[in-house]
Amino acid sequence: MYPSRFRYEAPRSLDEAVSLLREGGDDAKVLAGGQSLVPLMKLRFASPELIVDINNLPGLDYEKQDADGTIRIGALRRHASLERSELLKSRQPVMAAAAPLIADPIVRNRGTLVGSLCHADPQGDWASVVTALGGQVVAFGPGGRRTIPITGFVSGPFQNALAPDEIAIEAVIPAPKGTPAGGYLKLERRVGDFATVGVAVALEMSGGTVIRAGIALTGVGGSTISAGEAAQALTGGPLSAQSIAQAADLAAGAANPRTDHRGSAEYKRHMVKTFVARILSRADGGATVAERAA
Amino acid sequence: MTSQAVDEIKIGGLGASRKRVEDDRFIRGKGNYTDDITLPGMLHMEILRSPLAHARIKSIDTSRAWEIPGVHLVLTGEMMATRNLAWMPTLSYDTQAVLATDKVRFQGQEVACVIADDPYIAKDACEAIDVEYEPLPVIVNPMQALAEGAPVIRDDKENQPDNVVFNWEVGDKAGTDAAFAQADVVSRLALHYPRSHPSPIECCGSIADFNRATSKLTVYMTTQAPHIIRAAVALVAELPEQMIRIISPDIGGGFGNKVPVYPGYVCSILASILLERPVKWIEDKSGNLISTGFARDIYLDGEMALRKDGKILAVRMHTESDHGAFFSDAQPSKFKIGLMHSAFAAYDIPHAHLTARGTYTNKAPGGVAYRCSFRVTEAMFFQERMVQSAATDLGMDQAEFRRMNFVKDDDFPHRTPFGFLTDSGQYAKCLDVGLKAIDYENFRARQAEARKRGKLLGLGISTMTEPLGAGNSREYDILGIKMFDSADLKVHMTGKALLRTGARGQGQGHETTWAQIVAHELGIPAQDVVVEEGDTDTAPFGMGTYASRSTPVAGAAVAMVSRKIRAKARRLAAHLLEVSEEDVEWELGRFYVRSAPDRGVTIQECAMAAYSNMPDGMEPGLENTAYYDPPNLTWPFAVYIVTVEVDPQTGVWDVLSMVAVDDCGVRINPMIVEGQIMGGLTEAYAMASMQFITFDAEGNCVGSNYMDYLLPTAWETPGFELHSEVVTPCPHHPIGAKGIGECAAVGGPAAFVNAVIDALDGMGVRNIDMPLLPDRVWEAITYRRDVSGAPPVRSDD
Repeated sequence: MYPSRFRYEAPRSLDEAVSLLREGGDDAKVLAGGQSLVPLMKLRFASPELIVDINNLPGLDYEKQDADGTIRIGALRRHASLERSELLKSRQPVMAAAAPLIADPIVRNRGTLVGSLCHADPQGDWASVVTALGGQVVAFGPGGRRTIPITGFVSGPFQNALAPDEIAIEAVIPAPKGTPAGGYLKLERRVGDFATVGVAVALEMSGGTVIRAGIALTGVGGSTISAGEAAQALTGGPLSAQSIAQAADLAAGAANPRTDHRGSAEYKRHMVKTFVARILSRADGGATVAERAA
Repeated sequence: MTSQAVDEIKIGGLGASRKRVEDDRFIRGKGNYTDDITLPGMLHMEILRSPLAHARIKSIDTSRAWEIPGVHLVLTGEMMATRNLAWMPTLSYDTQAVLATDKVRFQGQEVACVIADDPYIAKDACEAIDVEYEPLPVIVNPMQALAEGAPVIRDDKENQPDNVVFNWEVGDKAGTDAAFAQADVVSRLALHYPRSHPSPIECCGSIADFNRATSKLTVYMTTQAPHIIRAAVALVAELPEQMIRIISPDIGGGFGNKVPVYPGYVCSILASILLERPVKWIEDKSGNLISTGFARDIYLDGEMALRKDGKILAVRMHTESDHGAFFSDAQPSKFKIGLMHSAFAAYDIPHAHLTARGTYTNKAPGGVAYRCSFRVTEAMFFQERMVQSAATDLGMDQAEFRRMNFVKDDDFPHRTPFGFLTDSGQYAKCLDVGLKAIDYENFRARQAEARKRGKLLGLGISTMTEPLGAGNSREYDILGIKMFDSADLKVHMTGKALLRTGARGQGQGHETTWAQIVAHELGIPAQDVVVEEGDTDTAPFGMGTYASRSTPVAGAAVAMVSRKIRAKARRLAAHLLEVSEEDVEWELGRFYVRSAPDRGVTIQECAMAAYSNMPDGMEPGLENTAYYDPPNLTWPFAVYIVTVEVDPQTGVWDVLSMVAVDDCGVRINPMIVEGQIMGGLTEAYAMASMQFITFDAEGNCVGSNYMDYLLPTAWETPGFELHSEVVTPCPHHPIGAKGIGECAAVGGPAAFVNAVIDALDGMGVRNIDMPLLPDRVWEAITYRRDVSGAPPVRSDD
C-alpha cells in the first residue's frame, strides 16, 4: 500500500497523545486497530498528516465490571477478546453474541470496539449494538474526561462528537436491571462484508415483562438508526405476537435505506422487519440470537 | 518370468497422488513472484487512471509531477504516440490505447505513467498530474450501445460508424427454421451472464530491464503465455526477437487474466529503454479489477423446438456481448464469440443456429476466458438453463429429459449441433452416478413434503462438455500463431532429468504432474525430474497455459518427448546388452533381452551410456524436443447436482449438498485433479451466489476492490462430494488424459441457479440473473417475476 506521506507518532501517555492531537488539529487521526483507517489511507480516501498511534498507551486494553454491574471496555480492547469474554457472555450476552459477527477473524484480531464506534460507519455493527444497549463513550481531552451517550456520539455518517483533541478511551454499557435477551442479526453477502442490513435488539426482561428495550439498525440509513418508537412499543408488557409485529413495523418505518447494488430500499426495509420479528420471537425466556446472513 | 519393472505408483508415475512439489516453496513463503524480484538501480512505475468512463481529454499538464524530487519520467499518450506506441494491437485484431490520447473510454483507463525512485513518489506524482476532461455520454450495456443516436465510442477507427464490434453466425439456419415449424412446443429463455473478473490474488506486473550495452531486453512478467508476449513485443516495439527475453516467474494465479498484453507492460518496457534502468510496475488490486481482462458480460437468449414426447428438435441462440471499449478477447481468431458454439454438445439435436453480435461500451476491455475455454462457460450455462426451462415447459422430469436427449455412448464420434466433432462420452452413466449420490427420488419426495410446510427445497442439474486443449492447428490460432505446444527433455548421465515445456503453470501443478508423465513413460522416478517453465530463453516455444490446454497439448508433448528419449535409450540398451534392437523389450524403467528376461539394463544405465559408452556412430547425449499438434480437442464432461433450501422471507439460500461427477479421462495425479475440481466448484458457487462487477449509469465500476468484488471464503463455500468412477480415456491423447482445470467452473453455475429456480417451481419464475443475491431471490418470490441483473445497477437516483 502506498498512502500519502504522513507523520507518525506513538505516544506513551494519554496527555502526550492529546497534545499531539491538539498540534495536528483536523489533519491528525488516531490509530488504534487500524482496520478502517488503514484501508482508507491505502485508497488515499483519507490522507491524514499526522497519525497518533495509541497502541502504546498503558491501561486501555480491558473489559471490566463496576460494582453496580456497569461494563467498561477500553479503547484498545480487540473484537477478538470480546468474542471470548466470559464477562460479556454472562452479563451482556447480546454483545457476546454480536462479537463473532464483526468482519472476519483477521479484522477481529486487530480492530477495537471503541475504534468502530469512533469510525461511525453506518454499516458498522458495534454502533448498533451499543445503541440498543443504551451505551456511552468516555472521551479524554485537555479538559479531562466527559461521557457522551452513544446516540449523541455518533453524529452522522463517519462523524463523531469528539473534538479534534479528544480521544475516545472507553465504551460504557449500563448494568441491566432485568434478564438480558435479544440479539444481533446481520445480512451480509459474504463473511467479512459490511452489513447490508443489521438489527440489534437488547431487551431486559422481568417476570415475562419487557422492562427495557433498545433496537438499533445497521446499514439502512445515513447513520446508525435508533428505532426508539419500536423499542417503546415493547416496553412495559410481555412479548406477544401483536407487540412483536408492531415493533417490527415501527422499526421498518424507522429505517431509511437506499437502493444500491446490495438490494432495493424496499428489500432492506423488509429485512429490518423480518430481523426484528425473528429476534423478538426467540427472545422470550431470555434467549439471545446472533447469526450471519440470517 | 517375474517382472522387474519399477512400481509406477512408488516412483510417482501415472495415478499417483503425489504431493505438489511447488507447494514446499509456496508454503514456506519462498516463492519468487515478480514483485519479489529486485534489480540493481530499479525504478518504480505507477499508472494514473481515468476517473471517468467516457470523456474527451482537453489537456494533460504534467509539469507539477516532473518537479517532484525522485521523479525520472512522466509518460503520456502524446509521448507514446511519437514512438508509435500510443495504441497497440489486441488479441482479437482490434487496437487498444496504451495511454489515452484523444478520449478516455472506460473508468480506470490508463492516462499517464510516472517512473520514480519508489512507488510512493510515483503515486504522489500521479496525483500531481492535472488532466482536464470533457465528460461525454456513457454507455454501460449493449442496448444503450445499439440505441439510435448513441455516441460512437471508437471514433478513433475508420469505418466504425456505430458501436458494433462484429456480427457473426454459425449453424444451419434453414434446417433450424424448418424444425421450429414442426415443433409441438417452443420453450424460450433470456438471461444475462454478468461481468466477472478472474481476480488472481497476485495482480499483474512487470519488470522491464533494457541493457544498452548488450541491447538485450529482459522482462519479468506475470504472464500465462511468455512466448506470445515475446512475439508481441517484437512486433509492437520493433525489437529483434532474439534480443527479447520474457521470464514468467512464479505466478499467483492467472485464470485467464494474465494472457493479454496490458498497457502497464508496454509502458514499463518503453520506460526502461528510455531510462536504461530496470523499471518495475506492480498493479494494485483496484487497478487489476477495473482495467484488466474481465470475463462474460453477455446477454443470451434462445429457444428450443420440442416434440411433446420430449425430443429436442432444434435450438436457436442469439448473443449480445459487451466487450468494453476495446475488443481484446483472448480467443482463437476464427471465432468471434469464442467457442460459444460448443453449446448443446451433450445433446443429440439435429439442427441449431447461433447469431452473435458484439458491442463496444464504456467499460474495461477484456473478454478473457476466465477459467474456461473461450466462452464455453456462457455456452454451458445457457445450455443447462435452457434445458431446465424446456423440461419444465414440457412437464417432464429434469433428469429424464436430459437422459432421453443425451448423445448415446455408442453414437460417438458425434457431430455437435454446431459442428464440433466429439469423440467419446458416457453422459447417462455420469447422470446415474450423480442421481444416486444425491438420492434423487428421496429428495423429490422430501421436497414435495417440505413444500407443504412452506419450506422451499430445490434441486438443480447441470451437464457439461468442455472443448479443451486448443488446438489442433487447423482450427486454432492466436493472431495467426498456431496453437500447438512443446516439451524439451534432457536426461543427464546419472539418469536425472530436466524437463521444460512451452506451457506456464500458475497453480495447476505442472512441476508435479509433468514429472509424473516422464515417470510413466521412462520409469525415471518423478522426484528425479525437475520441471522448468516460463523463460523464453530456455523453454521451447509454446502457446502458454490457459483454456485447460496444458495437459491436452503440453502434457502430450511431454509424453511424446519421453517416447523419443525411450527410443534412443532402446538403442543404447541393445548396445549394452549386446543384442539387436529387435530383441530388446521394455518394461517400466528397464530394457531386457526377450529371450533372457533377467538380462536387462535400467533407464539410468542407458542414460550413463549415452554420455560414456555410446555405440560407434551414435550421436552422444540423451536429450530431445517434441512439438505436439493435437488431432482434436479433448472432450471432458461432467454432471453436477446441487440441492438448496431457500428462505422465502429473506431470499437467502443455502446449499444442502453438491455432487460432482467428472470424467476427465485418465487422471495423472488424482489429488491435483480433485483440487482443481473443488477450486472450480468454489468459483462456480461464487458466480452463482455473490460475484459480479457492475456499473452505475455514469460508468463507475461497482466492484473495484475486495469489499465489493466478493470471493467466497471457507465460511460460505459448501461441501462437495466428488465422484471419479466414470472414466472415458481420450482416444487420441497419448496417455488418454483430458483437460480438467476449468470444467467445474464452467458447468457448476447452472447447477446452483437451476436448484434455486427449481425451489421456486410454480411461482412463475423462469429466471433470476446471477449472482442470486438474496434481494433478487426475495423479489422473485414476492412479486412472482423474473429478476434481471443487467447494468446499470439500480439506485434511488
